[in-house]
Amino acid sequence: MSSNQNILVKLNKAGFSLNNKWLVKGVSLQVEKGKIVTLIGPNGSGKSTTAKIALGIYKKIDGSVEKYTSKVGYVPQKISIDWTLPLRVNDFMVLTESISNDLIDEALSLTGVTHLKDKNLGDLSGGEFQRVLLARAISKKPELLVLDEPVQGVDFTGEIALYELIKKISDELNCGILLISHDLHTVMSATDHVVCLNGHVCCSGSPMDVAKNNEYKALFGEQASQILSRYEHRHDHIHTSEGEIKKN
Amino acid sequence: MLDDFFIRALIAGIGVAIVTGPLGCFVVWRRLSYFGDTLAHSALLGVTLAYSMQFNIAFSVFIISSLIALTLIQLQKRTNLPGDALLGLLAHSSLAIGLVVIGFLSFIRFDIMGLLFGDILAVTVDDLLIIWIGGALILLVLKLIWKPLFASTVNYELAEAEGLNPDRAKAIFTILMAAIIAISIKMVGLLLITGMLIIPAAMARNISSSPQKMVMYSIIGGLLSVILGLFSSLEFNTASGPSIIAASLLLFILSLLNIKQSIKLKN
Repeated sequence: MSSNQNILVKLNKAGFSLNNKWLVKGVSLQVEKGKIVTLIGPNGSGKSTTAKIALGIYKKIDGSVEKYTSKVGYVPQKISIDWTLPLRVNDFMVLTESISNDLIDEALSLTGVTHLKDKNLGDLSGGEFQRVLLARAISKKPELLVLDEPVQGVDFTGEIALYELIKKISDELNCGILLISHDLHTVMSATDHVVCLNGHVCCSGSPMDVAKNNEYKALFGEQASQILSRYEHRHDHIHTSEGEIKKN
Repeated sequence: MLDDFFIRALIAGIGVAIVTGPLGCFVVWRRLSYFGDTLAHSALLGVTLAYSMQFNIAFSVFIISSLIALTLIQLQKRTNLPGDALLGLLAHSSLAIGLVVIGFLSFIRFDIMGLLFGDILAVTVDDLLIIWIGGALILLVLKLIWKPLFASTVNYELAEAEGLNPDRAKAIFTILMAAIIAISIKMVGLLLITGMLIIPAAMARNISSSPQKMVMYSIIGGLLSVILGLFSSLEFNTASGPSIIAASLLLFILSLLNIKQSIKLKN
């Protein structure tokens, strides 16, 4: 790989161990401007750990991380707000950076939660909270977005809309996105690069390449790879308004 | 005006309450009440050293409390003992050493009750300067680290990921805790300082809907407690610390009425 000005973050054989146990090892990947890199893998395969290595949350790591931006937006997998903290959505939006009211409103309306602006964070449902988390991360127009299961708990139609939004953000802001998701269906449609993890990188490449990979099939089963091919199939033709099917 | 011991105590108390308000909120949010206790207990050692070496009390307490805080951070890194055990270890051993040192200082007249529970008669004009200048510095530094400290209080990883350096903010906050204990020890006494930090903040939580409001109500609650407490201390000839804390408890109980109402409204 030649040096590239578009690289936002690059992991070189990165790994992290806790109590003498490797959570993830030997991960190399890079996120570039305007590209979406998706991490997939079973539970405990080191997806979140890899994201935290990329973000610089874990410092004592194996290998190295090169980060070329400080404008980062992060949606963690888990976040709990203690009752002792009276925190409204509005306060949460300016948590790490003071941004204008207009930007707050814009981000909240993109994720469809403008009406929750004055609500207490503790009173939100799981899906609502997830939308607020995403809104906060995108509101400051970051160069790098790290989204750890950003649509968990969101209703089905909302899920599709949010993935479309993520794709749109990546195009409009030209920001790089590191995405973690379980939902193979939706993810693959917008992803440029897939990294399949299982304690190490078991395979990586374009969604199509990964789907054909035997290790991927072993990990997710035959069905999963069919999901991808079916998806790919959907896009080799278009339905015209007259109901005809036209080849691409 | 400053000749009147009561006016001096009042001015000192008001200065302390303005600073304990916001710091107390962080103590509640970050679950640091036992940590505050540990620093306060270690303050006794600071006081005895100040007496034996003719040092300024506030300065000596600040140094010792900071050292204890740093020791705690080191111990946390080196052992696997749980945090509360380490805090207890430091709190009681520093308290014990302080008391042992007092035993050796039999030639000095010691008002141990005043030390433990506060003494409004003991507040001098110098103390006022220390409280107001020290307090202003504490608030200034707190304002400077507010963003990273608050963000990491909500979620450490979020703050770290988005480049706010929460570790530095936490270290600075620890120093601020040592400083507030140092400047308020004469007023409230070392056994009750943590109460001054926690109770107004806890009261404020019951009636506020945003962090800023909670800080504001916490300051107001602290001020009311100080004024009420000091007047009753004068009236009933009780120690200043317990009187102030009892007053703040009263306010806390009143705030519970509010929370009951809001819970009812929800259901």
